[in-house]
Amino acid sequence: MNLICLSDLAIGQRGVIEEVETEEQFRWRLQALGFRIGREVRLIRQALFGGPLQVRIGSVNVMLRRHDAAFIHLRTTG
Amino acid sequence: MKRIALLGMPNTGKSTFFNRLTGAGARIGNWPGITVDLLSAKILLGAEMVEVVDLPGLYDLHGFAEDEQVVRRFLLNNSVDLLCVILNATQIDQQLPLALQLRRLGLRAVAIMNMTDEAEQLGIRFDAAALAAGLDCPVCFISAKYGRGFPEAREMLRHVLSLDPPTASPAPRADFAADEALIAEAEKLIARSVKMPRVLEYGLSERIDRFALHPVLGVPLFFLALFLLFQAVYTLGTPLQDGVAWLLEQFRESVLVHLQAILPGGLYGLLVEGVYDGLGTVASFVPVIVLFFLGMALVEDSGYLSRIAFLTDALMARVGLDGRGFVMLLMGFGCNVPALMGTRVIRARGLRLLTMLIIPFSLCSARLQVFLFLISALFSPTQAPLVLLVLYAASFLIAFATALLFKNRLGGGEPLLIELPPYRLPTFQQVVLRAWHEIHHFLSRATRFIVAGVVAIWLLTHLPAGVPAGGPETLAGMFGGWLEPVLRPIGIDQQMAVVLLFGFVAKEIVLGAMAVVYGVQGNALAQLTAQHMDWVQAFSFMLFTLVYVPCLSTVATLRGESKSLAFTSVSIAWSLVLAWLLSFIFYQSARLLGY
Repeated sequence: MNLICLSDLAIGQRGVIEEVETEEQFRWRLQALGFRIGREVRLIRQALFGGPLQVRIGSVNVMLRRHDAAFIHLRTTG
Repeated sequence: MKRIALLGMPNTGKSTFFNRLTGAGARIGNWPGITVDLLSAKILLGAEMVEVVDLPGLYDLHGFAEDEQVVRRFLLNNSVDLLCVILNATQIDQQLPLALQLRRLGLRAVAIMNMTDEAEQLGIRFDAAALAAGLDCPVCFISAKYGRGFPEAREMLRHVLSLDPPTASPAPRADFAADEALIAEAEKLIARSVKMPRVLEYGLSERIDRFALHPVLGVPLFFLALFLLFQAVYTLGTPLQDGVAWLLEQFRESVLVHLQAILPGGLYGLLVEGVYDGLGTVASFVPVIVLFFLGMALVEDSGYLSRIAFLTDALMARVGLDGRGFVMLLMGFGCNVPALMGTRVIRARGLRLLTMLIIPFSLCSARLQVFLFLISALFSPTQAPLVLLVLYAASFLIAFATALLFKNRLGGGEPLLIELPPYRLPTFQQVVLRAWHEIHHFLSRATRFIVAGVVAIWLLTHLPAGVPAGGPETLAGMFGGWLEPVLRPIGIDQQMAVVLLFGFVAKEIVLGAMAVVYGVQGNALAQLTAQHMDWVQAFSFMLFTLVYVPCLSTVATLRGESKSLAFTSVSIAWSLVLAWLLSFIFYQSARLLGY
């Protein structure tokens, strides 16, 4: 199976979370906002100059930085 | 007295619920962690008075943010008779795990589903009975914003409080492994009790974000919005300000002058030339400040602040901060103290300290008053907006430069995760309540400091008895004389040196102090000021006022929040040195250039 990082999604592309490889504190924060294995996320947009990503998960929109998003691995669904 | 604790994630409308329930004017913010003080109020529930405490928003009972620790500490150290868990009905899938986690505490609880108006629009349906069974507590559906469902909610709170308390003792510390099970449980419960449309779309918010978060247009639009806000405040505020000044002047001329015949000279001077002139000069700026806070309340409650964090994060990362730091700077435009307390959402200590170091350079409303006065006294109406813009730009640049200089000692990153809530148009009542709270805070602070400040300054400029008022032989003249060698190179004379000395206590005093030092108020004060200093001196004075220690409250907050005397001392020393250096460079170069 082909896994890619959340930070490598193209704008508008979706993916299903397969693993979250980050320190525990951040993982709990992610979970609390809905980033759990099996949930679908979609990259909405990215700010200029390597700025943060806007990601939608369920009904929630969150921003996170590109290098933090690299720890979230997805199976792409188009 | 029985105690109810309100708990929930940020952006659930918890503060709005608290305000409606208690009728108190608490701060309402659409930004995670804005409710930093623990607000509480006593309400009558049935025949019994109970205390309601609004705890900070939290994402996870095991979280490591300061707010989350506050909640844990509160639950450990205070008896709570009822947990009132507020849930955002539109995001029920994200919120249920927290509700289940809180249920594990073994306390009596009720669940309040808020924002049901939005949930309805989005087509989310709930099976109330299944939800109540799954959560093992009563559930109630409300809209805090529009005040729907409150009688039912109150009755439910009363009823549950009247039941026997559970015998199990609360155990706030559970192991992390149990949380995985909670999430599975939450997902099953959602499947049983909630019907969601497959794709949830916030049509309008998404359309606004296409512009507001546009890669190229986003930032210019933000500055345009900021500019329009300020423009509106001054266009509406200036006539009001003139009106208040005129009224105060009339009262002085027609009523207070007659007191001169009745009161002994010294007392008349103290009361009229001291307290009345001092307070009056500050009072004329109240309309502008009121409008300013109304505007800030509108922006804060709309959900736009997190978008600003999104837009500015890349820039802030370069100076060792993140987008939240920029938002705190903006909040500091109102008052630095709540902005400093808002840094509690930042968990990494270095990052938090760096953010706290730059907030005092944010041009707060108290400094704004001083600048508005001096600018209108010394610059033409066409130059005035430009000068103010330069000061705001300076405020940002100094903050960024400070961050850049200190980022290797402090700073350090932490993973950033901020929710972008849907845009919400705050209700009229919400904005008014919020603005009232700010104004009340400003006025109580202003009057407390100003009355004491102007009295002290009047005494300093009139003692010892028998010497000419305001002259070099008075106590104020002596202080000014001591400070002169330091302040002369930046163009500040003895009289203004005394004013600066008092400005250390609070910037709200500065104008009152000038009124007392010069012995006049209103237009006469503006004219006299213009005779005493030229524009170069005035700008140097403003630059110094912008940069040096904002006020004692800020110092106290810095100390309290950082819990470090060393950090607080560095912050004060740095701002004093920087203020002097910048004013020196400006003043001497302007003079060299022949101005």
